[in-house]
Amino acid sequence: MIDRAANPQLVAQAHGLLASRTRWSVLEIAFWLVALASIFLLQSKHLILTEIAILALFALSLDLLLGYAGIVSLGHAAFFGFGAYCAGILAKYGIIKEPVLALLASGIAAMALGFVTSFLVLRGSDLTRLMVTLGVALVLREIANRLEITGGADGLQGVVMEPILGHFQFDIFGKTAYVYSLIVLFILFLIARRIVHSPFGLSLRSVKGNPLRASAVGIHVNGRLVAIYTIAAGMAGVAGALLTQATQFASLSVLDFERSADVLLILIIGGAGYLYGGLIGAVLFKLVQDYLANVTPQYWQFWLGLALVMMILFGRVYGAVMAALIFAVCTALKLPFMQSIVFTVAVVATLGIARPHILRWTSAITARAVAVQAGLKARFTRKGSDHAPGA
Amino acid sequence: MPPVLETKGLIKQFGGITATNDVSLIIEKGARHALIGPNGAGKTTIINLLTGVLRPTAGTIWLDGQDITNLEAHKRVQLGIARTFQINQLFAELTPLETIGLAVSERMELGRQWWRTVGSKAIVIEESVEILQRFHLADVMDERTVNLPYGKQRLLEIALAIACRPRVLLLDEPAAGVPEAQRRDILDAVAALPDDVTVLLIEHDMDIVFSFADRISVLVNGALFVEGPPEEVAADPRVKAVYLGEEAHA
Repeated sequence: MIDRAANPQLVAQAHGLLASRTRWSVLEIAFWLVALASIFLLQSKHLILTEIAILALFALSLDLLLGYAGIVSLGHAAFFGFGAYCAGILAKYGIIKEPVLALLASGIAAMALGFVTSFLVLRGSDLTRLMVTLGVALVLREIANRLEITGGADGLQGVVMEPILGHFQFDIFGKTAYVYSLIVLFILFLIARRIVHSPFGLSLRSVKGNPLRASAVGIHVNGRLVAIYTIAAGMAGVAGALLTQATQFASLSVLDFERSADVLLILIIGGAGYLYGGLIGAVLFKLVQDYLANVTPQYWQFWLGLALVMMILFGRVYGAVMAALIFAVCTALKLPFMQSIVFTVAVVATLGIARPHILRWTSAITARAVAVQAGLKARFTRKGSDHAPGA
Repeated sequence: MPPVLETKGLIKQFGGITATNDVSLIIEKGARHALIGPNGAGKTTIINLLTGVLRPTAGTIWLDGQDITNLEAHKRVQLGIARTFQINQLFAELTPLETIGLAVSERMELGRQWWRTVGSKAIVIEESVEILQRFHLADVMDERTVNLPYGKQRLLEIALAIACRPRVLLLDEPAAGVPEAQRRDILDAVAALPDDVTVLLIEHDMDIVFSFADRISVLVNGALFVEGPPEEVAADPRVKAVYLGEEAHA
């Protein structure tokens, strides 16, 4: 018979392995320190930073669905928009005047909507989920368009915010709004981080990986999916409510298809399944969008689209670099739009033909970079497993 | 005392095809019961019916006298039926430690807890490590499952079922596709299963069946054909004709 006692040394090792997953890494701490520093160092940028923080929270909520539970959604704006209108209505009609309470109430309302609609995404494949989530968002948008209480196509006007906790008045420079958004983002990030490192989070990853086996170890797969969908809807609702509170306005655009598509893009750019993908993606997306819209107000979407195509063709980093180079050349030569297109198409076609060679170079560079990184890591951190961010 | 697992008149039809035809099976507590039969006899369908992956067209299933015919799959696991799969059904991105820890914490009903971190319960880790040791997986406990050699994955497949601490364990061809060199490990693991666990084994390999089982049911075209102790089944001329004979020609 085999010895039934666990080897204490192995137990300690297992303990260490699991604990190392949940430990804060230097990069993580640095990320939040930079965010904190931005409050003081980027005073003039608080408006766009607020937008980024809200978008990051929205993307974070989608990451819980897509990155951890494997639920694709093309209608996540449904919850964002629902939360946005809730916060607007609560403030406009003086139902809940204090912003934090209103934020909480909006989040709970969005959770309720998420819970009800979660049963629609339980069935079927990715394709049916895309359709159903898209459908829910469309329905909601039309309802908001028709109702009187939402202001219809004119949007919800005349939202006036009381001071946060009765003390902190929203100011015209957006400082209060930014600090407020950042704090909310951080708190919800902590909750999300806790969730994904919990037994519940582990069970979500198992459901994502193999639902058949998950149910064969006693996991109520649908129950877990309902739970995470509800949680993610609540977070998206809080993000929407933040937007209303920060801008003192809510319009139909909060429920737009484009918003759902953008947040999915952001998550794909940043990478799903490691929590920071949505945050980093939101920063990149917003900064690039803002920059391009300033430089080429008419056709900035052309460059954004090019970057996305290149990222798929040549990998995230190299694709973005190549797109940036093409853009830089076109701007430096002051090419008119049509000639830019011709130039771009020529370059992309050439790159496409040379793709196998390029991929060989890029993978060689990456291998070197990984080796250097591993060397640095070994020097800086204690022994333990690294948890590579998934794509 | 009722048998630990019993079916009566179990029928499963897929369209016009009858995959399981009026199967009444009695599996006694602590048995080492083997279910054999030619390819396409419907062995895996029976496992799927017993575990709730499929619902029967007609018939009843009892676990310890309790009717479980309409229970969902995860509830049957909680009641004590666990299975392995003929083709590995593992969590590719998880490590063996996480995989076993998952099953152990689910069994202890900790799986809904989102406020604790994985590994904060010492009892879960200890039991997980003990199982990993028992199935020779301790040395690879931090590798991603998808990177494990096939033999180790096969062991994990069984270890994962054991982590559910089943009363009845359904093994669907545990040694399928395992290279000869690693076969021994699998067979040892199966032989070392705790005595109080009732085992229903599906297997093609007659050496494994006859060395392991104390009772054998032969399934042909979805219906039970012969049932009895190994020596009786081996001696039965009809079984020889239908099944063993076919093997001999293969």
